[in-house]
Amino acid sequence: MSESLSTVPEYRVAPTRPMYWSIRREVWENRSIYIAPLIVAAVFLFGFLISTIGLPQRVRAAETLASPAKRMALVMPYSMAASMILLTGFIVGMFYCLDALNSERRDRSILFWKSMPVSDRQTVLSKVAIPVLVLPLLTFSIALVTQFIMLLLSTAVLIVNGVNPVTLWRHVPLLSMMVVMFYGLTVHVLWYAPIHGWLLLISAWAKRAMFLWAVLPFLAAFALERIVFGTSRGVAFLKYRFLGGMTEAFAVEVPAKAPITRFSEIDPLRFLGAPGLWLGLIFAAACLVAIVRLRRNREPI
Amino acid sequence: MFCIEARGLRKAYGSSVALDGVDLRVEEGRILGLIGPNGAGKTTALNAILGLTPYQGELRVLGRDPWTERDDLMNDVSFISDVAVLPRWMRVSQALDYVGGVHPRFDRAKAEGFLAKTNIKRTSKVRELSKGMVTQLHLALVMAIDAKLLVLDEPTLGLDLLVRKQFYDSLLNDYFDRNRTIVVTTHQVEEIQDVLTDVMFINGGRIVFECSMENLETRYTEVMVNPEHVAAAKALRPIHERQVFGRSILLFDGADRQQLAAMGDVRTPSIADLFVAIMGGQPQGAAR
Repeated sequence: MSESLSTVPEYRVAPTRPMYWSIRREVWENRSIYIAPLIVAAVFLFGFLISTIGLPQRVRAAETLASPAKRMALVMPYSMAASMILLTGFIVGMFYCLDALNSERRDRSILFWKSMPVSDRQTVLSKVAIPVLVLPLLTFSIALVTQFIMLLLSTAVLIVNGVNPVTLWRHVPLLSMMVVMFYGLTVHVLWYAPIHGWLLLISAWAKRAMFLWAVLPFLAAFALERIVFGTSRGVAFLKYRFLGGMTEAFAVEVPAKAPITRFSEIDPLRFLGAPGLWLGLIFAAACLVAIVRLRRNREPI
Repeated sequence: MFCIEARGLRKAYGSSVALDGVDLRVEEGRILGLIGPNGAGKTTALNAILGLTPYQGELRVLGRDPWTERDDLMNDVSFISDVAVLPRWMRVSQALDYVGGVHPRFDRAKAEGFLAKTNIKRTSKVRELSKGMVTQLHLALVMAIDAKLLVLDEPTLGLDLLVRKQFYDSLLNDYFDRNRTIVVTTHQVEEIQDVLTDVMFINGGRIVFECSMENLETRYTEVMVNPEHVAAAKALRPIHERQVFGRSILLFDGADRQQLAAMGDVRTPSIADLFVAIMGGQPQGAAR
């Protein structure tokens, strides 16, 4: 073995993909990234399967009456499946962010990761990619597949009951729903970037009790504001951060009373013109810079 | 070119000084043992060399600044630190995949070869392995990396004697060659005595002694003095004296071996003996 080493003085250099493998290792460690949305999808499909008992009647009603309410009753489950899966992805992403830069210091594996030729910036970006890229794309695909299975199930049930499935297909515009869903997802990725940035920052900075550090400063500020000024602008600010993305990006009343399926209901120009979006992105970028610096300095806890 | 070159390396944590002006030069192809009591600054020195901690002073490792160029430096440097740092959730196969995916000088076949000699299963998670197996796994990963510098910080801490022996054996037989440099710290000085080419004692954040093993043999002599010659031997100014079974053992620096041979049994001192002799008179631990 040592002979073969000394006779080959040239270093063999293999091509590497540090970003790809860094992201993969995040998914290895945090399997809830794909398990949680899959479970939600499975549970939803199960519930939907039971609800198909009444489906032939609902389709017949929609056929004869063709009122918006009937149409909504048919579309609602598809829209709900998508939102539940996407919401699960967001919740998983929040918990992921709080832990991402803390667990590697807690179990001291940071010393192993740092022994690899992967820069702190690459590592941090791979962790950012989970809530910003991996989870949205993954939940989007899972939601799409779920909707498709729902439509297949419904079609089968209708055919067995002798009802023409075409009415259902006409009322469930899967394609435009897909585009709207992708738009909504992009909106939320951009709108929630500062939230993810903040959580990752806390994860990189705090030694323990990350959740408290992430939340308590806001609660304290709100309480102080309420006592001193008797106002609650802070609460409004936070509410805007969590729900404002929808208001800015869609031309409908929020929270929407009916599933959004039409292109006329989206408003990308107003969204891009919202100062809240750009301020949020600037804050997220500042968090990123701070996180990279912190990761470089931090030692195992 | 020096593999590691440090001048006036300083590092303080608040008011306690961990490194107090360390000057260090390690040539390529050496195996350096960095030995010192707990809190002497060994780990801090290694962390600075590995780019894990910022420092004051000048430091070049393989021509690079470790703090600003850590990721690039890690192409040529491997390290195993004093604690088990392989992530516990990781599978053995995932560890191979990951290192192969991010390290340009990782030879997966070689790592598989090392693992084949152990009882480590590819599907096991690190948390399912014994402490010895985790070390074997880490060593297999590191030895399959074609690095120029390997840094080992207490690599065999908490392992049984057999595993420790295997560890250094495979390091010497399967890994080390003249193009590589190894820096190792350990408390089990006796075990690495034969492995080292150079030895360095560190105390209170300073290098208090450094010597190559060849020099050590010619410079230092230990004599178990016959009772009748004790006074004469002491007149030659030994650097250390100890009593074993009522007989004096004196340690000399640069004395004439033949002259000493007439006074008793002469031998080359072990690193442990030297350590006690040199460090015995010093305050232990971190500098204040």
